[in-house]
Amino acid sequence: MSEPPFDDLYRELILDHYRRPRNHGPLPAPTAQAEGVNPVCGDEIHLDLAVDDGVLADLGFWGQGCSISQASASMLTERLKGRPLTEAEEVAGKVRSMLVEGAPPDPSLGDLEALEGVAKLPVRVKCALLAWNVLLEALRQAKAAAQEERHG
Amino acid sequence: MLDVRRVRQDFPILRQQVNGRRLVYLDNAATTQKPRQVIEALVRYYETSNANIHRGIHTLATRATEQYEDARRKVARFIGARGPEEVVFTRNATEAINLVARAWGDEHVGEGDEIVLTLMEHHSNIVPWQLLARRTGATLRYAGITDDGRLDLDELRRLIGPRTKLVAVTHMSNVLGTINPVADIAEMAHAAGALVLVDGAQSVPHLPVDVQALGADFLAFSAHKMLGPTGVGVLWARAELLEAMPPFLGGGDMIAVVRPESSTWAELPHKFEAGTPNIADVIAFGAAIDYLAGIGMANVRRHEEELTELALEQLRRVPGLRVFGPVAASERGGVVSFSMQAAHPHDVATIADGYGVAIRAGHHCAQLLMRALGVPATSRASFSIYNDADDIEALVEALEGVNRVFGEGRERAAVR
Repeated sequence: MSEPPFDDLYRELILDHYRRPRNHGPLPAPTAQAEGVNPVCGDEIHLDLAVDDGVLADLGFWGQGCSISQASASMLTERLKGRPLTEAEEVAGKVRSMLVEGAPPDPSLGDLEALEGVAKLPVRVKCALLAWNVLLEALRQAKAAAQEERHG
Repeated sequence: MLDVRRVRQDFPILRQQVNGRRLVYLDNAATTQKPRQVIEALVRYYETSNANIHRGIHTLATRATEQYEDARRKVARFIGARGPEEVVFTRNATEAINLVARAWGDEHVGEGDEIVLTLMEHHSNIVPWQLLARRTGATLRYAGITDDGRLDLDELRRLIGPRTKLVAVTHMSNVLGTINPVADIAEMAHAAGALVLVDGAQSVPHLPVDVQALGADFLAFSAHKMLGPTGVGVLWARAELLEAMPPFLGGGDMIAVVRPESSTWAELPHKFEAGTPNIADVIAFGAAIDYLAGIGMANVRRHEEELTELALEQLRRVPGLRVFGPVAASERGGVVSFSMQAAHPHDVATIADGYGVAIRAGHHCAQLLMRALGVPATSRASFSIYNDADDIEALVEALEGVNRVFGEGRERAAVR
């Protein structure tokens, strides 16, 4: 019998990010940090942000888990490095629409479009979303820290 | 010998295709499929006998009560209980353990007392004791495991002492398949004046279990893991223990006389079955017991042991695959946990599903054991009477597929 097709879910880009994660490891001087665990499967993502004047100057992630969760985090850091905070939130929203609502991937997502196949597997959507939820938490902290600086 | 082809014909759900392939169901430690005899018993009850039990006078109520109590007698016979009054129906094994932690534990466990557990327990045999310890100030002690995934009996022996009130241990690990020497453990515990609770959720469905030979004081198990419906569990305990225990839940059916300030309790086992029980599913569980008893538990065990031996042998040939637990099939039930170098357990399970093979991935409600094994999660294949060598072959083919996608993915992309 022929092999079942997995190209839709396990695209080469995802496997590549899983095998060779980008921006892997903590940052030397993060300005915001967040972490998330998926209690159902134990997937774990830690994310460091270095925010400079409203821009994500650097990101670093580490953790453990399945290929989808780790590749999603790796692609997140690559897509958002050097981008303004406002864009990070926008991209997070578009990733969520693609994964949760099954919306066609927005052209601005770039490589992240490779995660599209995950939307068809409800049990794996949470794997792909984990890094993005951690990002939103880190962004909240970055904003709070910036506000404190302004007022403090 | 078990005629697997005939057995399979009794399980309608197995006739389907999943992702274009024959369904190969290897998640039996989570729940087993149901034979048509059980499904028909459920339907027959609702079509011919549905009524509330124990207090009704009319014909249907009498019939339903007889069928419900008949199921209790079947369970009692199946596990060698001295009588049906020693069999209490609960929602599941978890509730049975919670019943003991509340009704027995709150009375007999106090500050400074110790409860001895093992690192291979399912969360259902850990958390109720943590809650009891919090209520009473008791301490929990855990016996570890050996490198080959067996219970460290020397450590267990050292942990059991004059302060030990209870030893709560699984008969068969839901992750490693390890079969624990419960009779020896019961002897150790009783010598120290402690009682023994056995989590039989994995053993009662797959091994001949006789509570007299087991020497335990409490035994908990679930119907849905032994061909029966969901929503039914069993607590077996020695009658004198149940007699001495206060009720777990209060309400209808568990009382003798109710007065404004206080009430007296019904006879065993009704004292522990407050409210309308899960009548239909208990009766259908009786049909599941009939089915297993018809095959014979020794035959069930022999079949699954052979299958496990074959699986262990075949899985070891898959490159990068590591099997956890005892090497010998004789020391384990039909549960095989493994990890693969190339891929995380969740990816393994997703790819296996693409081949129509249903396996489990995760911590299997045994996080303490995962930590002891030094892994975040494992993949797990577990067997039942309707599995055969073809199913093992399908599993191996799927795992080779995992290696193709993850190990040789780059080469595949280059070719395309």
